[in-house]
Amino acid sequence: MKIAVVLRQVPDPIEPLELMPDEKALDYGEAGFLVNESDEHALEQALLLAEDGTAEVTVLAFDFGDVETTLFSAAAKGVDRILTIPWEEPFPPGTDVATALFADAIRSVRPDCILIGCQAHDELEGAFGPRLAVELELPYLGVVRGVRQTAKEMVLEAHKEYPGAAKARMSVQLPAVLGILAADQPPRYVPVSRIREAMKSAEFEELELESVPPSVAVSVARLSFPLRGDGARMLEGNEREVAEQIAEILVEKGVLT
Amino acid sequence: MIHQAVRSDEGIGEGFLEELLSHPEGHDILACMQCGTCSGSCPLGLAMEYPPRRMILQARRRDMAPVLSSPSVWMCVGCYTCTLRCPREIDLTDTLWPAVRDRALQEGLQPPAELQTALQNLYMYGNVLGKSPRKRLEWARGLDVPLTDLSKERAAVEVLWLVGCYPSYYPRNQVVSREFARMMTCLGISWGVLGVKEKSLGDCDRLFGEEGLFETLVETNKELFERQKFKTIVLLDPHSYRALEVFYPRYDAGFPAQHYTMFLADRLEQLRPLLTRPVPCRVTYHDNCCVGRRCGSYEPPRALLEAIPGVEVVEMERNRENALCCGGGGGGMWLDGHITEHGGKRLSDERIREAAATGADVLAVSCPYELSRFEDSAKVAGLEDRIVVRDIIELLAESMGLGERR
Amino acid sequence: MSEQDVLVVADLEGDSISNGTLELIGAAGQWTETHGGQVLAALLSTDGASQAMRLAAADRILAVDNPVLAHYCPGPFLDALSEIVRREAPRLVLFASSTVGLDLAPGLAAVLKTPCLGNCRAFDAEGDAVMATCSYCSGKLVAELQAKGRPVVLTLLPGAFHPATRIGKGELEPVAMELAEGAIRFEEMILADQSDVDITQQDVLVSVGRGIQQEDNMELAQELAEALGGELAASRPIVDQGWLAATRQVGKSGMIVKPRLYLALGVSGAPEHVEGMSGSELTIAVNTDPEAPIFEIADYGVEMDMLDLMPELTEVLKRKRAVSYER
Repeated sequence: MKIAVVLRQVPDPIEPLELMPDEKALDYGEAGFLVNESDEHALEQALLLAEDGTAEVTVLAFDFGDVETTLFSAAAKGVDRILTIPWEEPFPPGTDVATALFADAIRSVRPDCILIGCQAHDELEGAFGPRLAVELELPYLGVVRGVRQTAKEMVLEAHKEYPGAAKARMSVQLPAVLGILAADQPPRYVPVSRIREAMKSAEFEELELESVPPSVAVSVARLSFPLRGDGARMLEGNEREVAEQIAEILVEKGVLT
Repeated sequence: MIHQAVRSDEGIGEGFLEELLSHPEGHDILACMQCGTCSGSCPLGLAMEYPPRRMILQARRRDMAPVLSSPSVWMCVGCYTCTLRCPREIDLTDTLWPAVRDRALQEGLQPPAELQTALQNLYMYGNVLGKSPRKRLEWARGLDVPLTDLSKERAAVEVLWLVGCYPSYYPRNQVVSREFARMMTCLGISWGVLGVKEKSLGDCDRLFGEEGLFETLVETNKELFERQKFKTIVLLDPHSYRALEVFYPRYDAGFPAQHYTMFLADRLEQLRPLLTRPVPCRVTYHDNCCVGRRCGSYEPPRALLEAIPGVEVVEMERNRENALCCGGGGGGMWLDGHITEHGGKRLSDERIREAAATGADVLAVSCPYELSRFEDSAKVAGLEDRIVVRDIIELLAESMGLGERR
Repeated sequence: MSEQDVLVVADLEGDSISNGTLELIGAAGQWTETHGGQVLAALLSTDGASQAMRLAAADRILAVDNPVLAHYCPGPFLDALSEIVRREAPRLVLFASSTVGLDLAPGLAAVLKTPCLGNCRAFDAEGDAVMATCSYCSGKLVAELQAKGRPVVLTLLPGAFHPATRIGKGELEPVAMELAEGAIRFEEMILADQSDVDITQQDVLVSVGRGIQQEDNMELAQELAEALGGELAASRPIVDQGWLAATRQVGKSGMIVKPRLYLALGVSGAPEHVEGMSGSELTIAVNTDPEAPIFEIADYGVEMDMLDLMPELTEVLKRKRAVSYER
């Protein structure tokens, strides 16, 4: 079975977000980047599926942000191929461009199963996975926590999460795109020495794809920080003082009698 | 919880002994006479399935598989008691343990989750706390003495002060950082910091077994330090001090360094006249493992405490080379859950009781981890009204009128 | 059929229409009141008539009954919706941010080759475009977006719109459609382990997020919960780690809770989590990040490390309880 995993770079939330002067985009020059968390889960899920040696894992990424760290780490974890999509701009590709180029890249791999994170916090146009699936003319199932192989070749079992900690067991006839919320186990740790080895030996295959013009259907009119006016009333003081204040509030509101 | 790699035990740990013997420090392992002093001295020895003695036995038997997948691998807190007492002087803490852990990681065996996060943070952000590197100077916000940021200006200074991760980011420790800054200025010492360029020295991850990560940090730091002009590096963190003293030279990255207790003790005569306000209290000092057992420095901290007017120093029963570790080293800060899950205990809980039993009102420490560890343990033991925890810097600062209200 | 019709995709939870759907109808009603048109509701199930009453605030209930629609699976649902859109040509299509809506909305937009906007908290027309105000970067930013195309597909943030209070025509229209089973099929529903505590029934919840840092610290949180007479809950990352059971997860794909007190410790307040607890009567949030979105919706906030605060708070509460017992 061939598995393709899409890895996207997103702004690192531990760095404060800054806006461009025209307030229409993030200042990507100032942002830190890291791999999208649920994409990392998608990679972990792919590695788990490949553990019995019957599957090959290919990762695909745009050459943007801190992609090298992500890809060397993926190499160290033991993926079979790493494909990069050239990207020169200082901002990440827009949805339409990303859809077209990722789809092209994936077609060159001809995978049976495509895994991608089911959400990324910098998505403005809804989840990316379903869009990619439509472009590839494949079915999509998202918010998946856990994927297993079944006795039937080319049929996987996936658990789709529902409210109330319920889940639906779904059978997936490949080829298909799965949007991963979480893998069967958290992303594995790989020692830095392995990553450093990968830095010396890993090979990235840079794809040559036809460029795609950006779309104009959705545009950002303005980005802003939420008004904090009506937010929480902040309590001040050291731990003891704050604890006393909280207790007072609870007594006042009748939560603590 | 350790997630096991899905593979059979066969082949795991193969060639471990040979690999260990190929290092000059590892060769001593053959000298082990299986006396068990190490296991008997280890504060967590009883909880370990494979304490050092048994580890060596398995290595020599070429049967490391059960050891590598045992929870014991993640129970060493780097206290050096075994190393100090080994009659054959085998470098257990600094050579055997990291080799075992490194091998476990190489084999794909997953370390406890909290440790993973700490290591990942270290790799990505240069600090174990996972905080933004850009906020590394936040501790100095509103600092009332001039600060030389060597990442922004070229200057020759007497002291390159490596503040450290906890002292930079953790509120309880930031107080100590500011007080130390004031203290050095008061003593007329020219000092500078690396600002947002400062990274962890990689002290602890070497004991975690993350050799690769340690090497990465050594490379970065070597480059950073070589660009600076200074007489000596001063550190608040004993683990970082040990790293610079013992390990960095092996990578051709040795620099003159002192832990702050040594640095200040050397200048005791300039310091003494500045200790004008009395700090009346009974203090007991907890020897940290790195400056203490590992590097053999026990008297400087005591000299500093005794110089403070009003302070009465009392000793715990286990002091100096017999001090009980707080449990925070060797990754211990992130292993409490793992350790207690496997039959061990939080050593700081026991130590705080020992401190209180001396009748002291203050437990003095000189390691950034210990402030929060002991304060936590004091609460757990219900002793926070009987004994408070203070860094030596805080006591000195109070006597110099440079202290901050907590 | 009018140019300004709004199609709402009814979201089923088990066998009943979700509250989120009523919010969609409310939002749709706001649009049609201003711009004309009708509120259409697409109801995909095996027996739409039994649910139609709940959708009475819509004007036309387009019920597609088909055995393959018994449980959500992507193929037939997407096919059915595309067909309805082709027939009805609505101006907008509204989805709830449910586990189904998140899959379907972008997919439908892609099939129709029209725009999709996610996490919307407000929207209106501006000339021939649709303007929407959306949550971005886990609530840390607000994005005002413009979309041109027809229909524009929007996924609405839960709780951002009032449930419908309008009186619709509520006309049930069965829609006949041939639908094929897709490649992805529903096999069975696995319900949560019922033996654990039901956090939706608790008055007091102490909810922990990543700020707890280590599993070892869960003990402190448990003590605090006990001192408050409540139970522990958590955000998704904690459950992912296995530190608490899935039945303790608060959020979009976990439990929706409405306790008297929700104490959010080290929880950033990402929309998926907030969705699960925004109905709480009193929310107190503790976080080291002053920019954390949780502070926007909490009643009281503390910028502090939860690990420092928890033991203090537990102690203070124990003392207060002891005092009250003495009375």
